[in-house]
Amino acid sequence: MKSRSLVSIDDLTTEEILKILTLAAEFEKNPVQDILRGKVVATLFFEPSTRTRLSFESAVNKLGGKVIGFTDSSNSSVAKGESLNDTIRTVNNYVDLIVMRHPIEGSARYASEIATVPVINAGDGANQHPTQTLLDLYSIQKTQGTLDNLNICMVGDLKYGRTVHSLLMAMSRWKTSFHFVAPEELKMPDEQKLYLRNLGLDYHETTDLNEVINMADIVYMTRVQRERFSDPMEYEKVKNAYVLHDYMLSDTKPEMRILHPLPRVNEISTDVDGNTKAYYFEQALNGVYTRQAIICLLLGLK
Amino acid sequence: MKNINDKKQLLVSAIESGTVIDHIPASSLFKVIKILGLDRIRNQITFGTNLESKTSGKKAIIKIAGKFFEDDDIDRIALVAPKAKLNIIRDYQVIEKRVVEVPDTINAIAKCMNPKCITNFEKVTTHFRVVSKKPVALKCLYCEKITDQERLEII
Repeated sequence: MKSRSLVSIDDLTTEEILKILTLAAEFEKNPVQDILRGKVVATLFFEPSTRTRLSFESAVNKLGGKVIGFTDSSNSSVAKGESLNDTIRTVNNYVDLIVMRHPIEGSARYASEIATVPVINAGDGANQHPTQTLLDLYSIQKTQGTLDNLNICMVGDLKYGRTVHSLLMAMSRWKTSFHFVAPEELKMPDEQKLYLRNLGLDYHETTDLNEVINMADIVYMTRVQRERFSDPMEYEKVKNAYVLHDYMLSDTKPEMRILHPLPRVNEISTDVDGNTKAYYFEQALNGVYTRQAIICLLLGLK
Repeated sequence: MKNINDKKQLLVSAIESGTVIDHIPASSLFKVIKILGLDRIRNQITFGTNLESKTSGKKAIIKIAGKFFEDDDIDRIALVAPKAKLNIIRDYQVIEKRVVEVPDTINAIAKCMNPKCITNFEKVTTHFRVVSKKPVALKCLYCEKITDQERLEII
């Protein structure tokens, strides 16, 4: 029988998303259990992503499962020219579940068609990274007590940021007001804005973070990368405009929290780290509980 | 007795039974042949191209003897010949006419325009959901990117 995979956040119904969040909360209370004893999970990282891989491996280890895999395709059979099809067919024989990160878009969907065990997409190029979106939703729900009627402020690279696009699509299932803060060159694409308009959801665009930060419930920061700019002068002009400092938080809502998919470079000043509103490291920890929930759900163990 | 010229005329102009596909843009003729796999069947086929069309530029026409298509099969040509008209012939008579309609899914015939899509790296059969029929826009099942009419390529 074909098993259930998680490739794209759109594969899940809203009820399923909420079920994952409820399960994640249970794992947060009781993260060390023996549910995965005797189970083997493959982490196939065709491109490196230390944080995501460690988070998955921690999730499995805490539940008593074992992990096998590779961290970079240069030391796997892929370097010898093996096709993805053959790699997946082979690994499928060894494990109960596959976690895969791959630079080529659509590779996870393809792998899920080949494998008979569940496949979790841990990022396929610029396409999807659903477990990141689910851990973001978990962090939002946990800090705000709800997913409804929130002001979400997205800051930085909104054009190429896969994370913000997925979060936008996911949060549009609830009544959300979006605020997009980005330099001209990295604005939220029309496709996403059209999507929100069709759903009748509010959004507001600005280039100035100070204009909207005080009404935000969630400030979602992303990295503005130099290589995204066609004109390096443009980058120099805007690079400091999208950096969050502690002094900017003084008039923000008391329950406001700052999220960031990490790694951070300089877009959140380290003086913010001590503020109770800084939530990005807890957010990373939430990733472990969320992934425990997803793995157990796909394996039919919860 | 008929002379040889009559016979020639007869072979090209009429089929006893089969399918005539008319109003194909001349530039799409070979794509239609490929999509329908006409280059691999053994039926008698005649086609004409660069014929004058009253409605739109140069057109092509294909007559396939002894062949009848399923609706799902024939609809696949809507991607390259949206105005195509079919005449289904039995006993030299047109017994049915139909137009083509862009189907809801497109499998195996279109190429994903995204150079970073897995379908352009490995031998993966392409699958698209049709998100718009006029103009045609296809969403790749794999990379989830949209291939629009302008960038549409038939494999």
